[in-house]
Amino acid sequence: MSDGTMDRVARATPPRVARKIKGMSDRAIAWLFVAPTIFLLLAINIFPLIWTIQLSFTNYRANRLNREVKNIGLRNYERILTDSDIWLNMQATAHFLFWTIVLQVLIGFALAYLINKNFRGSPFWTTVIVLPMMLSPAVVGNFWKFLYQPQIGLFNYIVSFFTGADPSSFEMLGQVNLAPWSIVIVDTWMWTPFVMLICLAGLRSIPDYIYEAAEIDRASKLRQFFTITVPMVLPFLMLAVLFRGIENFKMFDLVVQLTGGGPGSTTELTSINLKREAFEKWRTGYASAYAIILFVTVFGLASIYVKALNKVKER
Amino acid sequence: MSRFFKGLGRFRRGPWEMLATIIIALGVFMLMQPFVMWAYSYSFITTLVGTLMFIVVSHFPEDE
Repeated sequence: MSDGTMDRVARATPPRVARKIKGMSDRAIAWLFVAPTIFLLLAINIFPLIWTIQLSFTNYRANRLNREVKNIGLRNYERILTDSDIWLNMQATAHFLFWTIVLQVLIGFALAYLINKNFRGSPFWTTVIVLPMMLSPAVVGNFWKFLYQPQIGLFNYIVSFFTGADPSSFEMLGQVNLAPWSIVIVDTWMWTPFVMLICLAGLRSIPDYIYEAAEIDRASKLRQFFTITVPMVLPFLMLAVLFRGIENFKMFDLVVQLTGGGPGSTTELTSINLKREAFEKWRTGYASAYAIILFVTVFGLASIYVKALNKVKER
Repeated sequence: MSRFFKGLGRFRRGPWEMLATIIIALGVFMLMQPFVMWAYSYSFITTLVGTLMFIVVSHFPEDE
């Protein structure tokens, strides 16, 4: 802060507050400023976490407040980790995670590679490509629901235009074999621009002189791509993969809007299943244990993410 | 490879973080794989061990 600003702040401080602050050390003033944030963090993050851990060892039900709460040890964890239905939900989440990451990385990298060529109008196309990422997931879910309509939806007509199949002969959101792919397509459409932006940052960080040296050594374009471009963009790609992995592991709003977990439970991802256990079946203790399992998984992935981030920063 | 094992023996941050990362990744894979139920059942404890290990070993000294 400049001296002028400091003077203005000192003049604007009411005399009563100034008298109180005068006797305090720098450390005490620093604590005074940080304390509200720490208090909020404890109240909103740490306390609920500790309470959830405690509830996960009980048979507590939030809709039966008069019922005696019993400590049942690790039974909730045991039930979850031996439940084949939850295992299927995990597999649905894995299918969603795997294919969204593969498609987003491939398409995102290809788009970044093209945009990096700096052709005429590339800033305009970058803006157009990035647009889906700026929309709310609830809005995206709703309008893709219309696009997937078998009678009036644009998606079915485009597919029928290329394949010759009758547009009303298949239902993306209603068929067991197609519904998991419908959510993959929408998430890929929405989040590929994010991967593209990270890849673009990686591509722009490669100095031109490396390519010039490779040209002098008569390395082919393909060789340059695999020995310079890919290895130098890889840490950025890893970052994008981890970030999208963590985000998609927690995916809720988009899928709820699109399929609501159906048909049956084919698109019921873990977060949707968790919400049902907690707020439809009201098995609060059980849902708390479920939430802790998901939390530990995301926390573990986040630790790797932070490590990857530091590596990219070191570069 | 021998440098990795030496680092483990000397409690260096790099190799231990790598080991913790592998355990976390293994735990996440076990949680989501469609092959065997027992792997799913032991996935949580694997991820938990990896995560706690990661927190502890990130305080180890760096390689010289």
